[in-house]
Amino acid sequence: MSFKKMELREVEVWDGNFAAAQAMRQCQIDVVAAYPITPSTPIVEGYAKFLADNYVEGEFVMVESEHAAMSGCIGAAAAGGRVATATSSQGFALMVETLYQASGMRLPIVLNVVNRALAAPLNVNGDHSDMYLGRDSGWIQFDAYCPQDAYDLNFIAFKVSEDHDVRLPAMVHQDGFMTSHTAQGVKTLTDDQGYNFVGDYKPMNDMLDFEHPVTHGVQTEEDWHFEHKARQHNDLMTKVFPKIEQAFADFEKLSGRKYNIVEKYDVDDADVVVVCMGTSVETAREVAAEMREKGIKAGVLGLRVIRPFPFKQISEALQNVKAIATLDRSNPNGAAGMLFNEIAGSLFNTDTKALLSGYIYGLGGRDLTKAHLTDLFTELQANVDAGKVTTPLQQFIGVRGPKLSFL
Amino acid sequence: MANTGWDEFEIGAMLRSFDGKIDDIAGTLQEDRAYSQSNSFVASVADWRIEKPVFNKDFCIDCQFCWVYCPDISIISRDKKMIGIDMDHCKGCGICVEVCPTNPKSLLMFPEHADEEAELTNWPAKDEEK
Repeated sequence: MSFKKMELREVEVWDGNFAAAQAMRQCQIDVVAAYPITPSTPIVEGYAKFLADNYVEGEFVMVESEHAAMSGCIGAAAAGGRVATATSSQGFALMVETLYQASGMRLPIVLNVVNRALAAPLNVNGDHSDMYLGRDSGWIQFDAYCPQDAYDLNFIAFKVSEDHDVRLPAMVHQDGFMTSHTAQGVKTLTDDQGYNFVGDYKPMNDMLDFEHPVTHGVQTEEDWHFEHKARQHNDLMTKVFPKIEQAFADFEKLSGRKYNIVEKYDVDDADVVVVCMGTSVETAREVAAEMREKGIKAGVLGLRVIRPFPFKQISEALQNVKAIATLDRSNPNGAAGMLFNEIAGSLFNTDTKALLSGYIYGLGGRDLTKAHLTDLFTELQANVDAGKVTTPLQQFIGVRGPKLSFL
Repeated sequence: MANTGWDEFEIGAMLRSFDGKIDDIAGTLQEDRAYSQSNSFVASVADWRIEKPVFNKDFCIDCQFCWVYCPDISIISRDKKMIGIDMDHCKGCGICVEVCPTNPKSLLMFPEHADEEAELTNWPAKDEEK
């Protein structure tokens, strides 16, 4: 190994971007093809500096667009290297075509997505529009709530994605600015611990294996396309969760930090539960604790894995809850909201009589305040007391003007 | 392959060119290569043709022009001797006929259903004008 190792303190003060860049450095990626976009730029910028300073042995490819960035990653992954990049928002949207190529070609690429709103109107702040845009692309999607998660989930993403039984690309999501630019204490792994957790990259069907020539990215029509997609869906549905659980368990042994496919905070005995993602989970937890002091049995369910969607885990976790609120931080544009729909699907056909209501919040970086959540939990308790949903099924939180609701 | 189930093929939009490990592929003749079932070499595209080239070895000077110009590697040549045409992969483009320098030409295009023996018997004579 010709590169230098970095001595890290046990706890470093890092924002989510730098935490992701450090995790990428410790994983020793062969190729990063990247194009800058706010708020994810510091990830690849940080990585490029590590490379320039000889902390990494690899290639940094500067490209002309995010479409080219992911295309470069696909080529490098097909060639047989450990590959990663980062993007946000419009860049992510430009990548979408190639996201489907990466997953269909079963290439284990790790993409750090720093969640940001989608234009128009142009907006650099965090919401989950880009994350939602990727949810049918066949990638595994992990969600970080804070810089520590962004650091840890990168190792887990490489570990799961590169497994030969999985071979599906993975996104690690963090909230733009709220996580990406907010410095917090991050407990570190040593370079050796981090690298050994992900291990040496094991190529599969790599194009640089000249003794076994392969053609990547072939065409199939109605004769074979469906089988390939069925296989991909099957592997997402049946193979990924066991590998994620194993990786979470291994990571807990290494670091003492425990992750779960769905993160339950006071859910088991709760009457009212808020389901949300990203930084909102931490705010909701704080408010739920305050609600408990007021006698409302409140809980919070955070999704750690968005795709594959934890259908069964959510159904089990929410089975005895009386009223549930789903918090979607993306404009549903004519529908009820992703979390509302998926969770309704998880609970339908089960014995639960839980009341389900949906909320749209935080678009373009609009704050979700503790006051909002206090009102929300109070509304849920009112639903429980009334035995029915007393509000419209879809309400907007924190938007100007007269109260906005639908359904 | 028609009976292969959705869970029986290798993952990824990926196909292997050869069965097993290959060694000196450039030094191995096509007929000796272990092409995989998914290699396009094993698929016949003969039905793409409307016209076919017929080779008359009596006039061939083994100049290799047809071998050089064929866009589908369908001219079979061994030790710089023209042997014939790979009729599973020839698409009937006629380039080999176009570049053939002999008089009369050693390759001529005929309708796909033409009888090769009959056409060879009736091969045009040398064009004295040339």
